[in-house]
Amino acid sequence: MSRVLEVSGLKTHFFTHAGVVKAVDGVDFTVSKGEIMGLVGESGSGKSITGFSILGLIDPPGRIVEGSIRFNGEEIANAKEERLQNLRGNRISMIFQDPMMTLNPVLRVDTQMIEAILAHEPVSKQTAWERSRDALGLVGIPSPEERLRAYPHQLSGGMRQRVAIATAFLNKPDLIIADEPTTALDVTIQAQIIHEAQKLTKKTGTAMIWITHDLAVVAGLAERISVMYAGRIVEQGGIDDVIDRPLHPYTVGLLGSVPTANRRGQRLFQIEGMTPNMLALPEGCAFGPRCHARTDACGLQPSIEDIDGRSLRCFNPQRAAEAVT
Amino acid sequence: MSDVTTDNALSAGEPPVVETPFQRFRAEFFESRIATAALGVFGAIVLLAVLAPWITPQNPYDLAQVSVMDGRLPPGSEAFDGYTMWLGSDGSGRDLYSAILYGLRISLTVGLASGVIALLIGMAIGLVAAYAGGRIEAIIMRIVDLQLSFPASLVALMMVAALGKGVDKIILALVIAQWAYYARTVRATALVERGKEYVEAAQCLGISRFRIVFRHILPNCMAPLIVVGTVQTASAISLEATLSFLGVGLPQTEPSIGVLIANGFEYMLSGRYWISVFPGVALLLTVVSINLVGDHLRDVLNPRLKK
Amino acid sequence: MTVFIIRRLLQALLVVFMMSVIVFFGVNIVGDPVYMLVSPDADQADIEAAISRLGLDRPILEQYWLFLKGAAQGDLGDSFIFGEPALRLILHHMPATMELAFSALILAIVIGIPLGLYAGLYPESRMAKGIMAASIFGFSLPTFWVGLMLIMLFAVELRWVPATGRGDLGSFLSIQSSLFTLDGLSHIFLPALNLALLKISLAIRLTRAGVREAMGLDYVKYARAKGLPMRRIILVHVMKNIMIPVVTVMGLEFGSLIGFSVVTETIFAWPGMGKLLIDAILQLDRPVVVAYLMIIVLFFVLINLIVDILYSILDPRVRLQDQGA
Repeated sequence: MSRVLEVSGLKTHFFTHAGVVKAVDGVDFTVSKGEIMGLVGESGSGKSITGFSILGLIDPPGRIVEGSIRFNGEEIANAKEERLQNLRGNRISMIFQDPMMTLNPVLRVDTQMIEAILAHEPVSKQTAWERSRDALGLVGIPSPEERLRAYPHQLSGGMRQRVAIATAFLNKPDLIIADEPTTALDVTIQAQIIHEAQKLTKKTGTAMIWITHDLAVVAGLAERISVMYAGRIVEQGGIDDVIDRPLHPYTVGLLGSVPTANRRGQRLFQIEGMTPNMLALPEGCAFGPRCHARTDACGLQPSIEDIDGRSLRCFNPQRAAEAVT
Repeated sequence: MSDVTTDNALSAGEPPVVETPFQRFRAEFFESRIATAALGVFGAIVLLAVLAPWITPQNPYDLAQVSVMDGRLPPGSEAFDGYTMWLGSDGSGRDLYSAILYGLRISLTVGLASGVIALLIGMAIGLVAAYAGGRIEAIIMRIVDLQLSFPASLVALMMVAALGKGVDKIILALVIAQWAYYARTVRATALVERGKEYVEAAQCLGISRFRIVFRHILPNCMAPLIVVGTVQTASAISLEATLSFLGVGLPQTEPSIGVLIANGFEYMLSGRYWISVFPGVALLLTVVSINLVGDHLRDVLNPRLKK
Repeated sequence: MTVFIIRRLLQALLVVFMMSVIVFFGVNIVGDPVYMLVSPDADQADIEAAISRLGLDRPILEQYWLFLKGAAQGDLGDSFIFGEPALRLILHHMPATMELAFSALILAIVIGIPLGLYAGLYPESRMAKGIMAASIFGFSLPTFWVGLMLIMLFAVELRWVPATGRGDLGSFLSIQSSLFTLDGLSHIFLPALNLALLKISLAIRLTRAGVREAMGLDYVKYARAKGLPMRRIILVHVMKNIMIPVVTVMGLEFGSLIGFSVVTETIFAWPGMGKLLIDAILQLDRPVVVAYLMIIVLFFVLINLIVDILYSILDPRVRLQDQGA
């Protein structure tokens, strides 16, 4: 399997008046051709910033301070703006969280789709229009000609997100970063959107990073999963391994807090405490203060290590697994 | 930032410092050097104007003290009576320094008086609208909107066209031109406050409308009213000067800064710049300093910008 | 849309009628103009003859009725001073005022919007801070005082352009204007700049605020993620959004430019209707004052109407709402 993306040691920090926010602080992962990887974490864990770092869309006061992002073998961390602009929307696309906010309200759908093609390929407007129409058809939008003439506010949220997905696939990219694309939608629409996205990646062989806080979404969609906490990946592995037998106490907690049918009536597991203040992270393991499997060793920073075919950042994997089951 | 420092103070075991809102406001206001300087300049201008009779070499409107021999002297010349005219003299031999301080008295009086009266009237009308609600509120706000669709300068010009010259008439014209800004401010606050839950709660408790308007809406209007008040007062001073300059404001017998500038206008093309320029600088300092204070007050008093 | 326009037209008529009452009765309270018009040694009979000739002896309500009847036929009375119809007098002076206000509006847009755009895109730069400081001054400085300074600097000291008057008129498409001759342009430059200063500041502030707000919105980030060149993002995505409020406000300001031109015309001896008004007020020429005010009211009402309609055409959201209703 050829690797589309290799991220190693990525650090993206924000230099604010109040101090340095280490939003992403040493992240490693790879994505292979046609693979869907779930990037899971609470809000503020740095998962979206990781996505924006790959696209080179980090604005001051933030910047990538360390690490490498190799895309098809080419180093693109802190690459020239021209090169990044060339990749964005062309080889790497992004789907945003809130479809109500991402489409420009005063431009018609066709304008916004056609410009995405014309920015990267010297084709005629007519050709670009036809490709846009076909892309809308592919994501299950009825009468695409009519939709192309519409303004965003005339479309429903689910419809707008389909437009965004169609736009992301327009230039047949190698990688799509989907940043919580279904969070703002109804559950039924959510399932349809996930289905469309999955179908399209299969068809086109596009790799995908699906960023979400919802483990249930990733479980049925991704092949591999990376769990982030406070700017670092704490556990990474095949989706079935991690879901069936989580090793990191944070993953255990996340899974325990998902309501499922077969544990009906039981009290849901709750991770103690609050998401950490990114300006004042605790010494040692960032999850330490909230961890039910904490030992004295946790006063130090655990490094990420390979155990049982997965990566893990924890001193006490066994204790973690025992505590809940 | 301030939260962090309070935390440290507490953890160090020192007694917590309780700040009154006014102390907090004062501390935040003086954080800006520009605003502090502007307030200082404005204070100095007011002081100079108040003390004018005691700190000027002549009373420029006492004919016995003014000599035509001194007419149009450049800055720094010596007057017939022996004192130095640091800012020169005007066409009829008045010492410009004295004339400016006396002119400031009139300009400031007109500006402040019209500002305060317009504020009181506008506030009262805004509160009546907020209190009455329904039809009366709709009618009042219609009138306010209608008036605000015309620039204040044009309304003031219409009024002086109708009323004629004189201090009282100018003040009346400025009040009519400006009350609507205050009424709109009160009503905007009332709209926000009425939507809040505590007002609903107060209504459920059977507290009278009157009490809600005066105990809840009025205090919340004060901050925006102060901001609008400073800016409007600056524009009232500027507007009076404009009208007087055009010859439709104050008469020659009540020479405000605007009248002084108008008098110097005819000498301008012949190079005797000082007769117009120095009164202009005085007007400029007054208006700009008030505006800078108002601009900063807006930042300090705006609850949205507070953490 | 038609219902909307008709409703707005009726409202406008009501406003004009109300203002006619206020203006007419307001102006007719002022001192008696007769004594200015008859020679000082005229006897009582002469004065009475003048009064009845001018219609000043009739009850004020009857005077108003005659005024209304006349106004409906386009007759706003004769000037006491010139003996000409007041309306014709004003219309004669109107082109000069219009070309001045129009030039000022163009200057405000051409200077203000690019400066505001720059200040909004690079808010931390030294140049942007300079622009904003200048705009505070632009707001605070009284127009007439700036006019004096402009005359002193450009006309008296540097002698680049003439200080007063309108200059030669040129003719283009049968429109007579000083904008079509070099001499005319050199005459209009200073007054137009003077009149425009306040509006330049306004355009700077509006544009800057709009740009800063838009640059932080999702649709701009999304446009960047599509790999669009910055120029297209700013000129199409951002500008199209902020032009709506800016055009609305600047359009509304056209009326205030005509109002403010009273000051500028007086300083620069520009033969427009503003100068005519000041002369009329000083000479108690009531019909001219009333006619001017009525024309101005009509103007404001018309401008508000046009801007409302323009707004609904420019903003697709408003436009479609209205169709739906």
